[in-house]
Amino acid sequence: MTEPNDDRTGMAAVRLAKNPGSGATSRPSTAKAADHYGQAAPTTGQDDQAVPGYRQGAQPVEPVDRASQAAPGADAGPAETRVRLRRTSAEGSTTFTAAAAASLGLVWVLYERVLPFSGVLGFWVCWYVLFLALYFAMARLQWDRLEARNRLAGVAFGSGGVLAVIIVIDQVGYTFIKGSSAVAHANFWTRSLAFAGPDSPMSVGGVLHAMVGSVEELALATLFSVPLGITAALFLAEIGGGMARTVRTIVEAMTALPDLVAGLFVYVTLILTLGISKSGFCAAVAIGVTMMPIVARASEVVLRIVPGALREASYALGSSQWRTVWNVVLPTARSGLATAVVLAMARGIGETAPVLLVAGYTKELNVNPFSGPMTSLPLFIYNAVHIFGTKAYVERGFGAGFVLVVVVLALFTIARRIGGSAPGELTNRQRRRLARQTEQQ
Amino acid sequence: MAVALTPHVQPGPPTDDVPRPIVARASGGDRVFRGTLRAAGIAVLLITLMILIFLILRSTSAFGRAGFGFFTTASFFPETSNQFGIAALLPDSALIAVIALAIAVPVGVATAIYISEYAAHAIQRPLIAVIDLMAAIPSIIYALWGLFFLMPRILGFDKWLSHHASFIPVFRFTKTDTIGNYVGAMFIAGIVVSLMVIPIVTSLSRQVFSQAPQGEREAAYALGSTRWGMIRTVVLPFGRAGVIGASMLGLGRALGETIAVTFILTPLTFAFSIHVLEGGGNSITAEIANFYTQYDAKGVAALLACGLVLFVFTLIVNTLASIVISRSRSGALTAAD
Repeated sequence: MTEPNDDRTGMAAVRLAKNPGSGATSRPSTAKAADHYGQAAPTTGQDDQAVPGYRQGAQPVEPVDRASQAAPGADAGPAETRVRLRRTSAEGSTTFTAAAAASLGLVWVLYERVLPFSGVLGFWVCWYVLFLALYFAMARLQWDRLEARNRLAGVAFGSGGVLAVIIVIDQVGYTFIKGSSAVAHANFWTRSLAFAGPDSPMSVGGVLHAMVGSVEELALATLFSVPLGITAALFLAEIGGGMARTVRTIVEAMTALPDLVAGLFVYVTLILTLGISKSGFCAAVAIGVTMMPIVARASEVVLRIVPGALREASYALGSSQWRTVWNVVLPTARSGLATAVVLAMARGIGETAPVLLVAGYTKELNVNPFSGPMTSLPLFIYNAVHIFGTKAYVERGFGAGFVLVVVVLALFTIARRIGGSAPGELTNRQRRRLARQTEQQ
Repeated sequence: MAVALTPHVQPGPPTDDVPRPIVARASGGDRVFRGTLRAAGIAVLLITLMILIFLILRSTSAFGRAGFGFFTTASFFPETSNQFGIAALLPDSALIAVIALAIAVPVGVATAIYISEYAAHAIQRPLIAVIDLMAAIPSIIYALWGLFFLMPRILGFDKWLSHHASFIPVFRFTKTDTIGNYVGAMFIAGIVVSLMVIPIVTSLSRQVFSQAPQGEREAAYALGSTRWGMIRTVVLPFGRAGVIGASMLGLGRALGETIAVTFILTPLTFAFSIHVLEGGGNSITAEIANFYTQYDAKGVAALLACGLVLFVFTLIVNTLASIVISRSRSGALTAAD
């Protein structure tokens, strides 16, 4: 006889041991019960229905177990309602809105009328400080000090998130607005700047050369950095050991390496030491150096969450380590690896500092990355705004910024779409294909 | 019946259950495979080492000319004089980074706490996406935004600060009080750099905060704590090392930021000044970006020496950061081997 206060896993084991004896019909329900326990601890009631055979078999145990579990609920009286965290109440949101409006009015009067301040930014900084003060005062009128402090903290933390959203929208929107006048001209997309002077209107020339340069440099950089990055990540995740720890520390440090240093490195090695002239190839190597640690770090995170049981299953079937990695680990982590690569590409296409030192600058279209200077979009913006700085060039610079932001947004969205599924989780298409395959068999 | 229910396995003393060492000889394919992976790991180390070695080799001539004065001289005209150094450039870089961190760490940590503790599930994921997007926006876009959008709008605020907050020495304004003298100040550069550091601090801190043990959170609630009380006593202490590590990584990023700083600063003199609202000021990265094409071989060697200092500095900061993260209680869960 098992003890009355047997723990739940013990009961599950008992149940599984018992059920096969009670006939072939109860087989599916056993599997179901085992599945339940694998996912989460279910309530007793549900489980009893799932395993009908168990009810009679374990009758002497059950009442005691039931009673001990049901006792606290019976004492409490009325049915419990679940407490929902992360919920807003009417008082809360009213206080919030009222404080925001009141401080806005007060700041407007003080800032614009009474005190000799100026500047949009100062207005909002004053508004925010006043808002927090008013919000706390209003909360204090309704609640005790602990609760008021709690609410103030919530609002203060939330404003960080709001600020981030505002900044992103502002930057993207500002680039789009300022860049729209340049990108509206068709020649902006189809011409290089070869025949445009510093003050030529927007109807002359475009940034085709920079777009071609960006694409080629990014492709080459991806070619260098992705194989090395993913192999290094496999080393960290699959082999491990003391050296892996050192490599991981270095990779983490290199993720935040100043991108300018990558440019200096390529400048020193390829250009000064090997004597290669400034070219798209050099730029691609520099971008690759900055992308590699990003790929390695993100891939390692993905490879680590591949379930160990899958690897063990593969080993148990007798496959070697590289077969396991090739046929089990990498396919399982495919979506995550793709996300890592695409995110690194989004970083790589916007890199300016490394390219600045090693790519040279040209106004003409150069499709050969191995000879002659090559301009990429960020490099073009840098030169247009910082070096030339004429009105027409700044406008073109914003146009190039428009293109760059669109590309980065596109890459980012792709990465999000791929990365939406966890490792090993199938997409709808894969699921359909699998269903077809099993049907054929 | 009752006998049948008893488990068959009698739990023996735990000392009997020592895992048997499994020794399997790797096949030929596996040896090649392991060799390849190890080579990739070594290649990563080698690249880092090569950056260091080549920068040292190419900058020795500059160090030879300037001697120890490289760290104590404030002016930087390496082509015409042997008296040049980074005594003004490095502190300026550090000051910009400090301004950036002073803004980015509070904002980043607040955002991280909001995402991990407050935000409803429906806005949690979009907000994380926004933070990731903020990290993905190229620095040249930040630079454009800072130069054309932020700079004209912030000058009034700068002036207000210098008039009403000048009791803080950093905000004192010693030049003629015209609006043009506020242009291109380190304060503005610091703000733009801080926006690039915010996503680093936020995403790392968020990961650490979300690992704070559920049991301890519930214990705090069970003792009657408010949510802020729970955060203060459970989440923040748990994530302290993570926040420190994240801030240090942010510092590394801020020190190395080039384009935004180059766009915004108007370098006038090589004199270090803590008055961050005044135009002027310099940084190692801006100096390299502005002069690498104009200098001859001697000058380039001096710029490479600057780059070497920057590299060593950030490498130390970043390595310390990742060690701090991995040694901490919260980091041990993620980086455990």
